Amino acid sequence: MKELVVLSGKGGTGKTSIVGSFAALAKGKVLADCDVDAADLHLLLSPSVKQESEFWSGRVAVIDEEKCTQCGLCQELCRFKAITDFKVDPISCEGCGYCYHACPVEAITMKESMSGHWFISDTRYGPLVHARLGIAQENSGKLVAVVRQQAKQIAEEKSLDYIISDGPPGIGCPVVSSLSGADLALLVTEPTLSGMHDLERVLGVCRHFGVPALVCINKYDLNEENTRQIESNCLSQGVKVEGRIPFDNVVTRSIVQGVPVVDYSDGRVTREIKRMWDILSMMLRNGSKG
Amino acid sequence: MVISVASGKGGTGKTLVATSLALSLKDREKVQLLDCDVEEPNAHLFLKPTFTHSKTVSIPIPKVDEERCAYCGKCAEACHFNAIAVMKEKVLIFRELCHGCGVCSYVCPESAISEDGREIGVVELGYSDGVRFVQGTLIVGEPIAPPVIREVKESAGRGGIVIIDVPPGTSCPVVEAVKGSDFCILVTEPTPFGLNDLALAVETMRELDIPCGVILNRAGVGNGKVEEYCKKEGIPILLTIPLDTEIARLYSRGITLAEGMPEWKEHFLALFNRIREITNERISSAKR
Ligand code: SF4
Ligand code: SF4
Repeated sequence: MKELVVLSGKGGTGKTSIVGSFAALAKGKVLADCDVDAADLHLLLSPSVKQESEFWSGRVAVIDEEKCTQCGLCQELCRFKAITDFKVDPISCEGCGYCYHACPVEAITMKESMSGHWFISDTRYGPLVHARLGIAQENSGKLVAVVRQQAKQIAEEKSLDYIISDGPPGIGCPVVSSLSGADLALLVTEPTLSGMHDLERVLGVCRHFGVPALVCINKYDLNEENTRQIESNCLSQGVKVEGRIPFDNVVTRSIVQGVPVVDYSDGRVTREIKRMWDILSMMLRNGSKG
Repeated sequence: MVISVASGKGGTGKTLVATSLALSLKDREKVQLLDCDVEEPNAHLFLKPTFTHSKTVSIPIPKVDEERCAYCGKCAEACHFNAIAVMKEKVLIFRELCHGCGVCSYVCPESAISEDGREIGVVELGYSDGVRFVQGTLIVGEPIAPPVIREVKESAGRGGIVIIDVPPGTSCPVVEAVKGSDFCILVTEPTPFGLNDLALAVETMRELDIPCGVILNRAGVGNGKVEEYCKKEGIPILLTIPLDTEIARLYSRGITLAEGMPEWKEHFLALFNRIREITNERISSAKR
């Protein structure tokens, strides 16, 4: 079983449309939506939820007014400035428990909080594990870890060949959590200054965690000079650019229809994504590690 | 006044909006732009600022004096982030997981734990064409963004108009960035993805009690569902930017709308006035 994670650094580069298309093309796979903050993959796969589970991971401090003597120690100690006027702001509280340990009259308890849900669903392309982080919740990294672990379990039980996951944007904790230990990363970028800048950073994260990476330039014809620049930057770092997808409104139209673009059109976007999947699946099968 | 520019979904053009708004306003108001998208800071690509200061952001990380340690395991038990493991005769610290909360040093009965600074990012300050600019950058490989965001916000000067470029999503970095704003502009696009992520962003702002309005970018493709949603929820659509290859090309080269198509300045000024009205109304109705 091999795990491919699709990342982009910068959001909105077309990552989810590509993952949705791989879902349609790959045989024997489980899909994982690791963008637990703003999950979109389900909009292309129309899943029917088979199992829903709560994700309990956060906790917040609560001060018992009756017991509190207003000594002020907790306010002084809290490093996240979460306590003012002897009240805890649940949004700022990171749940570390410093106040709980320090309170001389034991007026503080740590209350567990539910930070989201995760789901196992059936789609017309195979099983999907996805999740929904609660609004303004922490621990997106841990929820990503749960999603990956569930996907892995399904892949093992059903002896599937691939785990294909849609990664979150950025380079912070949910990205680290979706990347570490994966077999291969596909980085989707676009030929804009922002896209180029973000690609460099996400490539750095892949290097940091020792995950081999390939690059796909989406909407490559938007600015061909930038595309050439990306190609030469990648070349100098020994990273291969394996896909160049042209700009085409067909992608947006397929999103509106709620289907992966490869099932919606057989134009040049589809041809390029198919070619890319052939290369990626071969690399995954032959073991890209090392 | 603090105006945040956010988008549940990434890549909808929030940086283009934040920088264009800053440059449209700068001749009338004192303007500061804070790039709080510290995982992928991009506003500098548009504003090309000259930086005059920089400072590193670090968080305190425990260091165990093994001479004193009794391997009792109390620190590991107390750490909510699983950043410490105590073995038979070794204490392991997983630096990337540590939030620097200080609980472990507090609970250690042997006073064996002291703290070291661990660098996780940098904050830079400068100017761009009359706009004061502050940006935070998370070091590649570091997972915890909020302390860097906090430092960017603390480095902002007082007064004037503060515009914040917020990271995408709805979780802790977003909350850290928008907290304390008077208004939040949500940039989206007219597709099912845009709508899905807009609805999450709206919920987040409601949770934080921050009024918001929408900018619809790349209008012309997709469908009318975002407009329907805004109408139903009573969220104003403040500005519509069409899908236009010229705008996309300017964007790809790091040129704002205020510079590349100066006629847009008027639209951004009108947008600003509208936001000012909304926030004023809110203040006066809160007083009543
Ligand atoms: S609490 Fe102190 S003495 Fe106990 S294992 Fe941790 S560092 Fe060592
Ligand atoms: S400072 Fe807090 S997060 Fe870091 S190791 Fe100690 S208890 Fe854990």
